[in-house]
Amino acid sequence: MINLYPGSPQEILKPAQTGFIVFTLVMALLINLLPWAGWGLWVRPDFVALVLLYWCIDQPRKIGFTIPWLLGLLMDVADGSLFGQHALSYTILAYAGIALQRRVQRFSITPQALHAVPLLLLNDTIVLLIRLVAGSDFPGYWYFFGSLIGGLLWPLMSFVLKLPQRPRFDSDHV
Amino acid sequence: MEHTPPPFFKTGPSPLTRLLIYSVLSLALLIADARFKHLDAIRQVAAVAIYPLQRIAAAPASMVRRAGEFFVTHASLREENTRLAQEQLAAAALTQKTTALESENASLRKMLGARERRAERSILAEVLYAARDPFSQRIVLDKGTQHDVQNGQPVIDASGVVGQVTRVYPMLAEVTLITDKGHLIPVLNVRSGLRSVLVGTGVHGVLELQFVPLNADVQKGDQLVTSGIDGIYAPGLPVAEVMAIEPNPAATFSKVTCRPLGGVSNNTRVFVVQGSEALPPRPPEDAEQTPRGRKGRKGG
Repeated sequence: MINLYPGSPQEILKPAQTGFIVFTLVMALLINLLPWAGWGLWVRPDFVALVLLYWCIDQPRKIGFTIPWLLGLLMDVADGSLFGQHALSYTILAYAGIALQRRVQRFSITPQALHAVPLLLLNDTIVLLIRLVAGSDFPGYWYFFGSLIGGLLWPLMSFVLKLPQRPRFDSDHV
Repeated sequence: MEHTPPPFFKTGPSPLTRLLIYSVLSLALLIADARFKHLDAIRQVAAVAIYPLQRIAAAPASMVRRAGEFFVTHASLREENTRLAQEQLAAAALTQKTTALESENASLRKMLGARERRAERSILAEVLYAARDPFSQRIVLDKGTQHDVQNGQPVIDASGVVGQVTRVYPMLAEVTLITDKGHLIPVLNVRSGLRSVLVGTGVHGVLELQFVPLNADVQKGDQLVTSGIDGIYAPGLPVAEVMAIEPNPAATFSKVTCRPLGGVSNNTRVFVVQGSEALPPRPPEDAEQTPRGRKGRKGG
């Protein structure tokens, strides 16, 4: 049976590959760039924020602050939004992830997801505040819906991103 | 921070310091972009960097669309063919009439000494995707500066005005839709000849006519076309239809709600109109005289 709890002592994981981290971030960017429209835009979590938060909690040393900031700039250009709004929100999200990582890593998957949701909501709120200051209208409460979906996706994403780190099972152990 | 590493490991500045550095950088970018619009160079570089990803991401949707176009049934093709033939006939009659009218118009204009209107050229562009910004209504086209698309050019579809190019990259262009909050178009009521300004509300498919006096001649179903006085949109392009008029006795103006005629958000292909009529330049004498006058005053 596959163990879903990364913090459990009986499983020793292999170190995360830098190449894999880069690959997952590029894939998240690609998913964000898909032509979302209509209700798809409502339920879509910010995949870059989600994957970024995961790696900030799992591998804080490998992420740092430059990568979130640059990813934010790319998102701003792709969305044609104000230059720097995602850069700022991703930077703060990365800080929150790094600050909380030792606490969050202690928990099993469900409490981890419960930690992730407020952080993703914080990410949304920063973007929202910037846009309100810049003179946009409040888009409605569905704007926050994507982050809740992000929380629901957390266990699945956590499982997928952990896959390359899991040791191969020997026939002796099965 | 509580969990700082022991000082004998070199880890650079603390996370809080780095957070502050990057936050200040982001805020500087935000202010520079919102206030001074000075960041086009950086934006262009980042746009080129992300262009391949954007094309890859847009590929599945356009592939599905092309596949859909390939598998149309024989019956629907025939039906469309008959319909098109009929439309062609009707259009041919109209065209002949138009040619006659055009020549007549040209001669009349010559007699009046009016400027010849330039024939407009337009570029067919494919809509890559709608911008995923919940705060604004924009679409991204697959043509950019490489294809002569320029900032400020109007974008239309077969039935009406869609929007205006507001940002150009080498291979992409961003179009602000007419329904975007604060987007303005000067329009003319076809029936009554009343001029006013049509403004986007930020709500999907809703436009508002501004500064319409309570006693103005506006009726439900009135067609609104561009008036052309802005020098951006060519005159006479259909824009919207009046849906509802709410006279509010407490206010000076009545609230007139309109519906865009062009398929503002459900197009796959649009036209970028080029070389729209340029406004005549300001009279040069004024510009030359004013500084000279000032100089004279200063000297005296």
